[in-house]
Amino acid sequence: MRRNRPLRAAVWYAVSLIVVGTMMFPIYWMFMVSLKLPEEIFKSPPVWFPSRPQFGNYAALFADGDVWSLWNSLVIAGVSTLIAMALGTLCAYAIVRFKTGGDNLAIWILSQRMLPPIAVVFPIFLAYAFFGLADSFPGLILLYTAFALPYAVWMMRGYLQEVPVELEEAALVDGHSHLSVLWKVTVPMARNGIIATAIFAFVFSWNEFLFALVLTRTEVITFTVQISQYFGSQSTFWAKIAAMSVLGTLPVFIAVSMLQRYLVRGISLGAVKG
Amino acid sequence: MNAAATAHARQGRPFWAGRRGTGLLFACPAVFVMLAVGLFPFLWSVVVSFQDVAGANRDGNWVGLANYMKLVGDVRVWSALGRTLLILAVALPLELLLGLLLAMHFQAERPFKRLFVALMVLPAVVSPMVAGSMWRLMFDHKFGPFNQIIAWFAGEPVVLLWTVKQHLAFWAILIAEVWQWTPFMFIILLAALANVDREQLEAAEIDGAGRFRVFFRIMLPAIAPVVGIALLIRALDLFRIFDAVWQLTRGGPGTKTETVSIFMFVRGFQSFETSYTAALVVVLLIALTLAVTLALKRMEIAR
Repeated sequence: MRRNRPLRAAVWYAVSLIVVGTMMFPIYWMFMVSLKLPEEIFKSPPVWFPSRPQFGNYAALFADGDVWSLWNSLVIAGVSTLIAMALGTLCAYAIVRFKTGGDNLAIWILSQRMLPPIAVVFPIFLAYAFFGLADSFPGLILLYTAFALPYAVWMMRGYLQEVPVELEEAALVDGHSHLSVLWKVTVPMARNGIIATAIFAFVFSWNEFLFALVLTRTEVITFTVQISQYFGSQSTFWAKIAAMSVLGTLPVFIAVSMLQRYLVRGISLGAVKG
Repeated sequence: MNAAATAHARQGRPFWAGRRGTGLLFACPAVFVMLAVGLFPFLWSVVVSFQDVAGANRDGNWVGLANYMKLVGDVRVWSALGRTLLILAVALPLELLLGLLLAMHFQAERPFKRLFVALMVLPAVVSPMVAGSMWRLMFDHKFGPFNQIIAWFAGEPVVLLWTVKQHLAFWAILIAEVWQWTPFMFIILLAALANVDREQLEAAEIDGAGRFRVFFRIMLPAIAPVVGIALLIRALDLFRIFDAVWQLTRGGPGTKTETVSIFMFVRGFQSFETSYTAALVVVLLIALTLAVTLALKRMEIAR
């Protein structure tokens, strides 16, 4: 048994490296393509490492103004996340402490999360065309707020349940209103959960494609829509696709890496506390 | 029984749990936004689904159930539905199995394990649209590395048109999907396995239970509720699959990789068959809301 130990460790590391390497490979490839010279991208057979790594493809994004789509994504995802967190925390607090709507309200809200976006966005498309909200910041922010709300409510419901009631009761007896108790006692106690939920909600909105594809034309296209526009019937601009993908993915990787502790809870809708 | 008495009857409820007004006031804004964006446009499309709004005909006449009758007889809808369910039926067990194997593998506590796990989960947080683009690049028959790698193993040049040939396109979509979402299963199962009662496992080992017995008798039952929720989340995600398919094939060749979401997008936003799409929206939303609500009520997630 003892003699086998180093061997077992070696096998474990070999398997781990192969698995991790396989999973990372498409990401590695996209990054390498973004550093290649445009003509090198179309070489066949492909080169695995650019002969002269350069940032010209990124510079082209800035020069052509394509990076505005990242700004649009940031504004839409950012503002809608803030609104959704404010309204969602209030609603979650009502569900947890006042038992508003019982279990049915909570389940209805969660079920909203799970419907196909295409079926949700089609009626909205009709309504927006009528009210002139398509391709505008208010319209997109409203939609993304509604998209993030079920997640915010559901996750905050879990985090608020963990805040001890006794502190709130004490503050209420001292004569604070419910709103000021929520703001001064509960929110600080649930701070980590709020931040984690907000960042995940932001990432989901940031990554979203279908809503933006349907409801934007030229004014407020997000970075995912911008990438899809590089796919043409005549030619496909891989240099820009790769560079834009890297710019759009890097912030997400950084955010998620900082949130390792909350990741499992965040993506399993609170099913696993991690 | 009045509200206050009920409140006191249940443990863990604060004394103000019965105050309905404040609670409703707090819940109102969120519920209002969800209704404004969810329910009212939905009711609108119910109305539209009984008309014949399409393309240039923006006013529409009442046509009764015609759109719904057309839906029942539309082969393209049924094959899109069948294809979506096929993708679901292949991808879901595959993701679960691979995720479980990986979770078992990474149970071991060794140096660099945390780094490996942190890297493993990254695909799951990439925008699905970006992931679709990545795989389009991987699969390209001229300058993509996928055929090149296959060629090394085959020992001869390989030209497989992954996003063009019907059967290959199906597998291309599956590979992209399994690549992106196996990490989701993996990270959830890894956490669930870590939460299994250590004492129980040690007791079983002392009693001389084999590894398979321990796995099937103790670990699997312990993680079953979590597996159920993960499967539900993934099944619903797979049912609405759009981004990856859109980036890889746009539903082609022809309509051979068209899923339900792609079908609705093409009909609703490209050929502007408004009323017809609205009918499909109404059917889907009602069916799925019922299914999801029932599933959630039976699951432990609602606690």
